[in-house]
Amino acid sequence: MFKILKYSFSDLIRSRWSYVYFLFYLALGFVLLFLNNSISKAVITLMNIIIVLTPLIATIFGVMYYYNSKEFTELLLAQPIKRKQIFMGQYLGVAISLSLSLVLGLGIPFVAYGAFQSTAIFDFILLIVVGAFLNFIFVALSYSIALSNENKIKGFGYAILMWLFLAVIYDGVFLISLVVFNDYPLDKVALLATMFNPIDLSRILILLKLDISALLGYTGAVFKEFFGTNTGLITSLGLLSLWVLAPIWRINTKVKKKDF
Amino acid sequence: MIEIKNLYKSFNKLTVLDGLDLVFKDGGIFAILGPNGSGKTTLIKSILGMVVPDKGEILVNNSDVIGQWAYRNDINYLPQIANFPSNLTVIELINMVKNLRPKEAKETELIATFGLEPYLNKKLGNLSGGTKQKVNLVLTFMFDSPLIILDEPTTGLDPISLIHLKEIIRKEKNEGKTILITTHIMSLVEEMADEIVFLLDGKIYFKGSADTLKTQTKQHNLEHAIASLLQS
Repeated sequence: MFKILKYSFSDLIRSRWSYVYFLFYLALGFVLLFLNNSISKAVITLMNIIIVLTPLIATIFGVMYYYNSKEFTELLLAQPIKRKQIFMGQYLGVAISLSLSLVLGLGIPFVAYGAFQSTAIFDFILLIVVGAFLNFIFVALSYSIALSNENKIKGFGYAILMWLFLAVIYDGVFLISLVVFNDYPLDKVALLATMFNPIDLSRILILLKLDISALLGYTGAVFKEFFGTNTGLITSLGLLSLWVLAPIWRINTKVKKKDF
Repeated sequence: MIEIKNLYKSFNKLTVLDGLDLVFKDGGIFAILGPNGSGKTTLIKSILGMVVPDKGEILVNNSDVIGQWAYRNDINYLPQIANFPSNLTVIELINMVKNLRPKEAKETELIATFGLEPYLNKKLGNLSGGTKQKVNLVLTFMFDSPLIILDEPTTGLDPISLIHLKEIIRKEKNEGKTILITTHIMSLVEEMADEIVFLLDGKIYFKGSADTLKTQTKQHNLEHAIASLLQS
């Protein structure tokens, strides 16, 4: 697996898009620090961007990489390697190289600004960790969608829809249902609904750490009340890990029976 | 030796392999022919484990290989379409495939034969289709394996490379290897193949030498013999 990982990683870090992505984060980091002039404020602004954009980029990259490397995967499948190792190697290659763009792109401006001397350093680290989690989750989700769809356009469409649903529609539906079922006790439902969306989960995780009640929103407040800050942090990190493992499990079962 | 027993495979409702029984003895060149969609590639991919059959057995050297992977170390496979990661260089790809297989490789000679030296440090994404096919050929023939499977090996090759390819195939045959080829180029079949396997509707329609096929169909030309097989 590590051989495949090594090669797909070295293929990807030389791709033009990895640089574009890296430079985007680099510019974003510098601009936000310059405009906000404060690390903790920059972290809040960044959170709003990372939570929506990182999943989108990870989704697109995951789907694109799967379809572009299809013929090459066939070549690998004819080699004496287990199927599982090929796909896990490629998946990790994409997820790690995207996370590297994120870590370096944002890390450089923040470190240059003196993040290590700041009290907000842990907030920043948490933000990066959440960003990396979102990369691993959405690459796995989109990879598993691509595996189930031979048709490129369909696969791409479904993957984007998945992102749109989790990033935008889910919250809308959630909010509407809260208004509609106003008369019922919704705490538990709200809590459960949050767990089924990795983007909401990430948002709450960061906001819990930042301890900004004003931005927490309804679900965040329920979450905080239910778990308390520390338990809440650990629970949401654990749930994010489950969000990584579930699509990986699906990829592995799918791959076993698939024809190439 | 490869033994295929009662092999079934369908994609959705389309039956591609319909109870196929086939034996390839050790040594010699076997041409797998058939109209488009007759199941040639599916058959090859089933042997390689890339397609999972619905039913049946595939024995390579007397052991069932369905769901296994280690046996592929003894098979060299040339896929139909050569498409490689575009940001890797040719030499990196060759080293990668060498790295994946626990056996010795003799790539230097092949690189020289196909004149690939100037391209070794070029990125694969910048190569033409024919050059990619040459890289594909180097990757296939650089290992010493008893079974060689070639899916449309002539695609995109210039005449000189084609001559080299034929020489290599003959050399491998003389070393006693089993070579399976699918192709639509009848001259290649007539020139190289010891035996023809003709697939139609997922079953073996004919198995034997080119001469037998010609006498059986009363044709002088292999192309016409195949055509009359299809019409009958």
